[in-house]
Amino acid sequence: MEKHLNLTLQVWRQKDGKSEGSFVDYPAKHISTEMSFLEMLDVVNEDLIRKGEDPIAFDHDCREGICGTCSMVINGRPHGPKERTTTCQLHMRSFSDGDTITIEPWRAKPFPVLKDLIVDRGAFDRIIAAGGFISAPTGCGQDANALPVPKQNADLAMDAAACIGCGACVAACPNASAMLFVSAKVSHLALLPQGQPERYSRVRDMVAQMDSEEFGTCTNHGECEAACPKGITMENIARMNRDFIKSSLTFRPEIASGGAG
Amino acid sequence: MELNARTPEGPIEKSWDKHRFDLKLVNPANKRKYKILVVGSGLAGGAAAASLAELGYEVECFAYQDSPRRAHSIAAQGGINAAKNYHNDGDSIFRLFYDTVKGGDFRAREANVYRLAQVSVNIIDQCVSQGVPFAREYGGLLDNRSFGGAQVSRTFYARGQTGQQLLLGAYQALERQIGLGKVKMHSRHEMQELIVVDGVAKGIVTRDMVTGEIRSHLADAVCLATGGYGNTMYLATYAKGCNGTAIWRAYKKGAAFANPCFTQIHPTCIPVTGDHQSKLTLMSESLRNDGRIWVPKRKEDCGKPPSQIPEEDRDYYLERKYPSFGNLAPRDVSSRAAKQVCDEGRGVGPTGLGVYLDFEDAINRLGAKKIEEKYGNLFEMYERITDENPYKTPMRIFPATHYTMGGLWVDYNLMSTVPGLFVLGEANFSDHGANRLGASALMQGLADGYFVIPYTIGGYLAGVKPGTRITEDHPAVKDAMAAVQNKVDRLFAIGGKQTPTHFHRELGKVMWENCGMGRNEAGLKKALEVIPQIREQFWQDLALPGSGNELNQSLELAGRVADFLEIGELMCRDALERRESCGGHFREEWQTEEGEALRDDENFCHVAAWEYTGDGNAPKRHIEPLKFENVHLATRSYK
Amino acid sequence: MSVAEQSIVGAEDRSPGFLDSSVGRKVVMAITGVVLFGFVTVHMLGNLTSYMGAEAMNHYAEFLHTMIHGMGIWVFRAVMLTAVALHSWAALSLTLSNRAARPVGYRAQQRQAATWASRTMRWSGVILGIFIIFHLLHLTTGSVHPSFIKGDAYHNFVTGFQVPAVAAFYILAQLCLGLHMWHGVWSFTQTLGLVHPRYNGLRRNFATVLTILVVGVNISYPVAVLTGFIH
Ligand SMILES: Cc1cc2nc3c(=O)[nH]c(=O)nc-3n(C[C@H](O)[C@H](O)[C@H](O)COP(=O)(O)OP(=O)(O)OC[C@H]3O[C@@H](n4cnc5c(N)ncnc54)[C@H](O)[C@@H]3O)c2cc1C
Ligand code: HEM
Ligand code: SF4
Ligand code: FES
Repeated sequence: MEKHLNLTLQVWRQKDGKSEGSFVDYPAKHISTEMSFLEMLDVVNEDLIRKGEDPIAFDHDCREGICGTCSMVINGRPHGPKERTTTCQLHMRSFSDGDTITIEPWRAKPFPVLKDLIVDRGAFDRIIAAGGFISAPTGCGQDANALPVPKQNADLAMDAAACIGCGACVAACPNASAMLFVSAKVSHLALLPQGQPERYSRVRDMVAQMDSEEFGTCTNHGECEAACPKGITMENIARMNRDFIKSSLTFRPEIASGGAG
Repeated sequence: MELNARTPEGPIEKSWDKHRFDLKLVNPANKRKYKILVVGSGLAGGAAAASLAELGYEVECFAYQDSPRRAHSIAAQGGINAAKNYHNDGDSIFRLFYDTVKGGDFRAREANVYRLAQVSVNIIDQCVSQGVPFAREYGGLLDNRSFGGAQVSRTFYARGQTGQQLLLGAYQALERQIGLGKVKMHSRHEMQELIVVDGVAKGIVTRDMVTGEIRSHLADAVCLATGGYGNTMYLATYAKGCNGTAIWRAYKKGAAFANPCFTQIHPTCIPVTGDHQSKLTLMSESLRNDGRIWVPKRKEDCGKPPSQIPEEDRDYYLERKYPSFGNLAPRDVSSRAAKQVCDEGRGVGPTGLGVYLDFEDAINRLGAKKIEEKYGNLFEMYERITDENPYKTPMRIFPATHYTMGGLWVDYNLMSTVPGLFVLGEANFSDHGANRLGASALMQGLADGYFVIPYTIGGYLAGVKPGTRITEDHPAVKDAMAAVQNKVDRLFAIGGKQTPTHFHRELGKVMWENCGMGRNEAGLKKALEVIPQIREQFWQDLALPGSGNELNQSLELAGRVADFLEIGELMCRDALERRESCGGHFREEWQTEEGEALRDDENFCHVAAWEYTGDGNAPKRHIEPLKFENVHLATRSYK
Repeated sequence: MSVAEQSIVGAEDRSPGFLDSSVGRKVVMAITGVVLFGFVTVHMLGNLTSYMGAEAMNHYAEFLHTMIHGMGIWVFRAVMLTAVALHSWAALSLTLSNRAARPVGYRAQQRQAATWASRTMRWSGVILGIFIIFHLLHLTTGSVHPSFIKGDAYHNFVTGFQVPAVAAFYILAQLCLGLHMWHGVWSFTQTLGLVHPRYNGLRRNFATVLTILVVGVNISYPVAVLTGFIH
């Protein structure tokens, strides 16, 4: 049943990457429990605009829990209190009348704040660019059924590939580690036959890029898994570690070899 | 304006092969001397940028999101069609072609659709080799499901996240090229203007959405893959940022806009709950494989809980009206049928704008576990949004704006009426006619990006001398930059009281009422009066905080709404001029006795392409006649 | 160039140095951790000889000192020292980079999954480090022992623990060891990738049983001395 709530928001406001930020309180009045969290912020922002104030900047796009754009820490939990739910899919029925809600951006050195709740997650793209792919130029594909993939592997690969790249794992990790994200991509590709040729160079390159972005390292707290809206499991981290170790043990430096002309 | 479709002559089966052979090639050593801008990183843009870079061109790619991986294509759920006939159930390239032409209600160009069906096969091969984890059967081979408008199982899928997985495939290929330094990616950059010199596209102007910097990018060719303009309706299944700005700028610089009124209303979305609603969520069409759609037979029963309405008092209206396609009737037909029963007062839910999508039979037949396996994440999503458990009580659904078949007019090479400007994916008008079948937008976006543009752009560039790009001091560049700056300044100068969303919502209401599922002359004429009024109010009473030199989401939105306010008018104008019903365009004046769409092939078997003639002037309507030589014009029937 | 523009040309610059990498250092931590836990477990078992009286224990100690002609103990000490050094180095360097990865903290962070043990690894580790040094000075070199007799391990052991403060510190260290082990044993399987869903329950249980066993028996020593059971 629809109800209405009166809330107090404590929101991190920061003009841009160079400025200092601070928390500012905003009332949110007569909020329907049928609204999504972002719709609640829309209502607050519309009011701010009408009053001539700067609305709260937050990242969002699909509002269906799939693009991974929305990103805020709500009452100390990335994406808020509901398990396996992104901020955009969180509904106000998860809150009660009179609540005070603290809203902060993802906090990690590799995710600098651009404004208010918006951070720059380009580090994730660079990690993918470093190796998170299968080199299969357009046109090279053989018949899609030529290489059967055991259903279980296909399903596990899909589980890992479900990652939306939101960064909640980094935000939740006490060490701001990106291992859950990186391992999800490593696993997705390592579980498929098509991913085998580059399996070991991929994991090495991706981990190297992850490190150079200055993410922290996993100490196996499990916070990432608990925060992940897509249910990516830490088994992927173990798989990545295993591949990384194997890769490091068997790594051969590349020797330049010329063609025969 | 001349609309030369450049469709190859001869038998349709051979036309793409022949055309590819006839296209001139660019010498491999010369490719890196050409620069191509790809605006958009969705399926169409991402695939194009990666493929063109693989060929050796210098590519720059743009997206308004923070990462190319977040393009709207990510949200597609159901699947992608391909004529693989892996299931031996009678599929073929010709059948996919036939279904698509018929599904589009005979308003698409045959040759384009045939090519689409041909390359559909290569798309699946390509995606699998990139590591797209399509659903598989126990033997390890690819699984398929059925989608609306087809009687064969040809839809490949990756759980309820097909678009996501296909996009990640393209994104990874794109990131690979970025890592190799072959593509320069500009995320959080919005295209605001097209630069045209002597009628030829030479570059774009963008606004950096973080710093506010306005700058030009100059190239030998420009590809727009910026998606659809369905957000004109305000409430839609589109991502919030989807906009018509890029194609609208191109339109104003001379690219014809084809069939703007052809919009798709998707039958299975979660109904609106209140005024706060900011977008609508789609429930994949694949649900119609196992779900049965019904409403109570009697109005009086609508308030009762569904479990208390016995079988004999339920009207499974799709099964009743369309026995051979049943719940899998195409989208336009299903949406209209839902509207009809709700108009009769038999809609369900608090607003009366909803119908049931019921899984009880399927759960009894297959077991809850199997249903969970197939649709688990969709059911979860539904429950998250509505707080109702679809395993126990039927889903409530209602149609919502979902896709735009219209878009910039392109020839067989995907080139617009502005030479050097190519348009890909949902942004063009090419393949779906007046109604798009499910699982074919992903197919088209990837076909355009992976398998069409890499060939056809070469044919264009072979005729462009390397090293003839214009420089930043060219007057056309300065003019374009000034126009963008000017628009920003004008928006800030208004100093009114209403938010950008306010005007967007107003526009949406007018559009949905008059240019939505049912359209008629009086309504469209009214809309054409009201929209300019809203636009005027917008330019008089918009409140815009902050400045242009910073990250300013209100400014971004205001700029988009300003364009929607113009696009909406063109949509209504086109709808008014098309005096027939076809596909998603249902003019109430033209219907059969049973309420089905009544086409007028005599007068409207053509593409309508609109030419911009200056602000304040009426745009000019051109036509490209359509010929149907392989699939014969017939009344579309799904009975 | 704005922050949004990205291109990572120069893939060849990415150095594959194992010890430079985060995962590599984690692996060092895990392997040295396993060596140390292995030692602790064997050490605990060896000390059971104390329940068999002075002769048995001294005999055992003598065996350790004379195996492989007296070389054994030095090889063993070298391995242990290296392990402790590498482990501490890895812990320090990883801790520093983890701290640096979040320069601005949260106002309110709610933990969902982290355990007390996992969150206090650094502290339990540091206390263990101090304890190890003390333990060596106490029972190996005798520098801080009130009545150290070289060669009489049993005597040193009993008289050592008769000082209540020493026994208390020893017990505290053992509790830290318990915390460190309980998370560490589970954690190293994860770090080394020795994980399969079929055996996940086993991993936790193994860590719990081993921890209770080692810590329980170890704590029994000072308790036995103080209560006069061993004298
Ligand atoms: C909920 C939902 C489900 C769907 N399910 C299916 C399905 O199951 N099967 C199917 O075939 N189709 C489906 N569709 C349709 C299909 O997803 C889209 O039509 C298709 O993905 C469009 O791809 P695109 O590459 O053309 O554009 P998009 O994916 O929309 O990409 C547009 C790109 O352009 C960029 N852009 C836009 N404007 C600008 C600008 N001004 N400046 C710079 N960059 C800009 C964006 O950043 C983005 O990168 C679905 C659609 C929706 C909404
Ligand atoms: C007898 C002594 C010690 C043993 C047996 C031991 C064992 C272990 C083991 C097995 C791990 C798990 C590695 C992994 O995560 O995979 C670990 C982690 C760790 N150890 Fe130790 N260690 C000991 C001493 C120390 C000391 C002296 C320090 C600090 C100076 C220390 C600090 C840490 C830290 C910080 C971690 C990482 C935390 C984590 O992984 O959660 N340890 N230790
Ligand atoms: S692993 Fe989960 S939390 Fe991390 S980026 Fe992916 S979806 Fe988000
Ligand atoms: S806005 Fe797309 S996941 Fe939340």
